Amino acid sequence: MTPGDNEGACRILVGLLEARTGQALAPDRIWRIETALKPVMRNHAIDTLDSLVAKLASEGNRGLVDEVIDALLNNESYFFRDHIVFDELNDRVFEDLRVSNAATRTMSVWMAGCSTGQEAYSIAMMLADAPHKWRGWTIRLVATDISHSAIVKAQSGLYTQFEIQRGLSVTRMVRWFDQEGSDWRIKEELRNRVDFYQHSLLSQAPPAGPFDVILCRNVLLYFAKAVRTEVFSRLHSVLARNGVLGLGAGETILGQTEDFVPSGTYRGLYRRADAPAARARPIAAAK
Amino acid sequence: MKSCLVVDDSKVIRKVARHILEGLDFAVAEACDGQEALDACHESVPDVVLLDWNMPVMSGMEFLQALNGLNLPNRPKIVFCTTENGIAHIRAAIDAGADEYVMKPFDRDTLEGKLQLVGVA
Repeated sequence: MTPGDNEGACRILVGLLEARTGQALAPDRIWRIETALKPVMRNHAIDTLDSLVAKLASEGNRGLVDEVIDALLNNESYFFRDHIVFDELNDRVFEDLRVSNAATRTMSVWMAGCSTGQEAYSIAMMLADAPHKWRGWTIRLVATDISHSAIVKAQSGLYTQFEIQRGLSVTRMVRWFDQEGSDWRIKEELRNRVDFYQHSLLSQAPPAGPFDVILCRNVLLYFAKAVRTEVFSRLHSVLARNGVLGLGAGETILGQTEDFVPSGTYRGLYRRADAPAARARPIAAAK
Repeated sequence: MKSCLVVDDSKVIRKVARHILEGLDFAVAEACDGQEALDACHESVPDVVLLDWNMPVMSGMEFLQALNGLNLPNRPKIVFCTTENGIAHIRAAIDAGADEYVMKPFDRDTLEGKLQLVGVA
């Protein structure tokens, strides 16, 4: 498809995605619209993007709208994506929470925009790999995504051979997954630890907090700036006063929000701007 | 620069792996079977060995067992890279001392991730 082809239809589809999800499709991804929608069009015997847009405009096509939105969302994810962040969470943040939350023995983590579940299960695996540390604790792992199909896949915990190898060590793979043909399914014990459900960061209230950790990684980059600021505000509203926020490697708070500042304690993580500057070991002293 | 010995009887796989590894700044050497790989390790021990399972002359598992017998102080990391994708083979490889396991087919991101996991990338 060249940029000129189906331009009107593409513009409508981009507008639909933004209206429904807040996600702005970058210009360099617009050319992929037709490719992304091909399976949907094939399933509904629709030949062209123009025909698809016409069908979307007719009444009673809510299901088709959902399918189109799902297909346009970027659900790429893999286990332990940016392992430095996961190391920081495992080695320092969770260790400090064991101390600061020792009285209640509770910890809450929200994975906002969890896609197909790999990062949520990565957190679950890290915690499950250290059962002695968390014995007697009540740990709440909430994972949400706007994509219905992504949540269904996350809940199934079934990954292809290609997906299972992305970022996951072989020892964790054999410990926490069962082979089903050429696919791999997360063990029930781990699957039950994560509460997955469909949720829009833009149009729905956040899950009930407060959360000690919120991961919203590789989500905000798809939003327009004003939407990002609004989402930051919502994340702030449910982050515990001493909680931490994790973003994707290519994402920042700079120029986006005044609700958060760099943690100062944990590498690559953020804290509430209205929270105390530091509650744990400074970075230099932690090594 | 890290070094990788690619051990596979398929010329195509060796070529693909070399292309990816050189893109990751590895110095790459090749061997067609386990015996050639063992000979290569006697001359120069690489940082990591990307190891096929089924090969003529000496299999990947036989190579790994022979390598373990050498008790090298600087034993290379072993990453199996094979079409033997069943859990029994994977467990056998781990039990024999493999550090990672790549199930073919693979791509650049998968291989790079596995090399990071064993600490050579």
